[in-house]
Amino acid sequence: MADIVRITDLVKIYYLESVEVQALRGITLSVEEGDFVALMGPSGSGKSTLLNQLGCLDRPTSGQYFLGDEDVSEMDDDQLSEIRSKYLGFIFQSYNLLPQYTVVENIEIPLLYQGIKLNAQTREWCIHLAHIVGLGDRLDHRPMQLSGGQQQRVAIARALVNNPHVILADEPTGNLDSRTSDEIMERLQQLNDMGKTIIMVTHENDIASWAKRIIRMRDGRIESDERNLHRTIGNKLVKMDGFAGNGFALRPAGL
Amino acid sequence: MYLLYILVGILLLGAAIGPVLYWDKGRRSLVLAIRSLWLHKMRAFLSVLGIIIGTGAVITLMAFGEGSMQEALNDIRKLGATNIIVRSRKPPENSATAGRSRVAVYGLTQDDYDHFAVLQQGGTITRMVPMRIFPQEMRRLHLMWTGRAVGTTAAYAEINDLPLALGRFLRPEDEENHDNVAVLGARVAQGLFPFENPLGKTLKLGQSEWVVVGVLKSRTAVGDAGGSIAEDYNNDVYIPLTTCNEHFGSIITYRQAGSYQREQVALSQVTLTVSDIDKVRSTGELIKQILSRHYKDDWEVSVPLDKLEHAEREQLRFLVLLFVIGGISLLVGGIGIMNIMLATVTERTREIGIRRALGAKRRDIIWQFLIEAVAQTSLGGVLGILGGLCLVFIVPPVAEWLWNYTPPTRVTALPIILALIVAVGTGIVFGLYPAYRAAMLDPIEALRHE
Repeated sequence: MADIVRITDLVKIYYLESVEVQALRGITLSVEEGDFVALMGPSGSGKSTLLNQLGCLDRPTSGQYFLGDEDVSEMDDDQLSEIRSKYLGFIFQSYNLLPQYTVVENIEIPLLYQGIKLNAQTREWCIHLAHIVGLGDRLDHRPMQLSGGQQQRVAIARALVNNPHVILADEPTGNLDSRTSDEIMERLQQLNDMGKTIIMVTHENDIASWAKRIIRMRDGRIESDERNLHRTIGNKLVKMDGFAGNGFALRPAGL
Repeated sequence: MYLLYILVGILLLGAAIGPVLYWDKGRRSLVLAIRSLWLHKMRAFLSVLGIIIGTGAVITLMAFGEGSMQEALNDIRKLGATNIIVRSRKPPENSATAGRSRVAVYGLTQDDYDHFAVLQQGGTITRMVPMRIFPQEMRRLHLMWTGRAVGTTAAYAEINDLPLALGRFLRPEDEENHDNVAVLGARVAQGLFPFENPLGKTLKLGQSEWVVVGVLKSRTAVGDAGGSIAEDYNNDVYIPLTTCNEHFGSIITYRQAGSYQREQVALSQVTLTVSDIDKVRSTGELIKQILSRHYKDDWEVSVPLDKLEHAEREQLRFLVLLFVIGGISLLVGGIGIMNIMLATVTERTREIGIRRALGAKRRDIIWQFLIEAVAQTSLGGVLGILGGLCLVFIVPPVAEWLWNYTPPTRVTALPIILALIVAVGTGIVFGLYPAYRAAMLDPIEALRHE
């Protein structure tokens, strides 16, 4: 399969009160479409910095980053915003839903910033995604009225809404108990089975074991990069409502 | 009328909000703004209080200022903008003027009047109304009334607003025929004819009998432009000038402060109407030149146009003052808004980070916070305008009840529209910096913010 992410010799240097911090010291990495990558490493190893680079939230000091066919490393702030809204999905450790929005409205946000007109069709698509993550009966709830696992499922639906090239997950189960963690991982697993590329930062081995490929980092460099030979596959897969066949049949044109 | 203004205001606001509503992100931002305002109702209210008070104060003050100014201008306009008023003025007593005869001779003379008449022939002056005014006792059977006799011509009615209760005013024939006819002021009529219709009855002025041909309605005393003593017209009796001069002669004797005063004043006042408003001032100068022949300072020329312009300048000054006051309170209000918006930005740093991560551009963030600020200030502006209008409607009846005085008010569209624009402008000006701050936040830092 084609590489969807290609990074060559990526360097990121921070200046903290005139002290130079080399967060990434030349990373070269390719991720092919449909892969499920776990980024691991101790704190300070640069895995979060790398994820921010991959998420186009920051620009590298040097090096190249191709996302799909586009050279992202040379883009300005507005272009990066556009890339994020069109090609990337984010799942955060602390869910990061907007408290004043309902479930559906939270799912809708990335579409809002794509500059497309929100209409009944896009709304239907968002509702469909809410059904997919099992929150079809909670459409008008606010995040505060949901459990942590439910909130993270909203975040997953939100990460799917723009049909991204890559879903970036930053410790997606960090705030959840092990049972809920497994449920979330099963959902990510299913997304990956449907062909979604996922890059996930975690420091837990049992979470990383869901991935197909595990990259370990240390001191801003890739320490090891190997296929996961002991992959956990969810043994009691949660049936996703309406997810039979092509779950994206309802997707509006252009997404 | 007021409803119309309110309607215009709502339409204007609609015109401002309409495009935002049509624009998808704008509508979302507006809805979000209203939601987050609703989430912090009290805080939002307190932060726009400055705007509310500012606009409210401007609306109220403008209405009262406009009202009283309009009243003053109307008073002056009653005197006529094209009129020139020439008055006799008693010069200060000194040994030279007091003389031995004890007759005070001063003021406008027939000679002056003839000079003015030359101007009338030249066409500069279209109308001259001479007046001879002196205190006079009036009798009717056993009743007596002290008032003023006003010898004048029929044209007097043209330059004054004279509502007739009964009969008619003086006519040119009265003068030509030297008729003994009189038109009574409202109070004189009440005093001398308490129980009967005075028309056709006679009253005695001095030694002669006069037939009543008309009675005026009560006239409110018109404050002389510039605010000198208001003249009370209700004690006046109007008689033809020709007949007046024949019966009373040139010297008038009246009692004042226990002693007799004898005065010889041919004309107390002449009101000249100038053909063209542009010629008023030059004609005024000409009149002054004519009168400067007098060796005494016994005349004065007043040009209402001057006073009108003076009053208009005064109004302008008042407006400037008002805008300074309004501007200061809006500035204070705006700073309050900015303060709250900055706090909001800090409070919602994480939200900004989330939005940025999900694809919001910097300008999207700017718009969001700007719209929120403008929503606040324009809401405050609307509340202020409504509050101000309420005051405008409530204060006059209360003042009437408390002090027996109804302050004149006048609500115009201009301040309302202006207040709305300024409220929106305040939101933009003071919302811009916090919005900019929000937009410049580093998305990574913002996401990490707790």
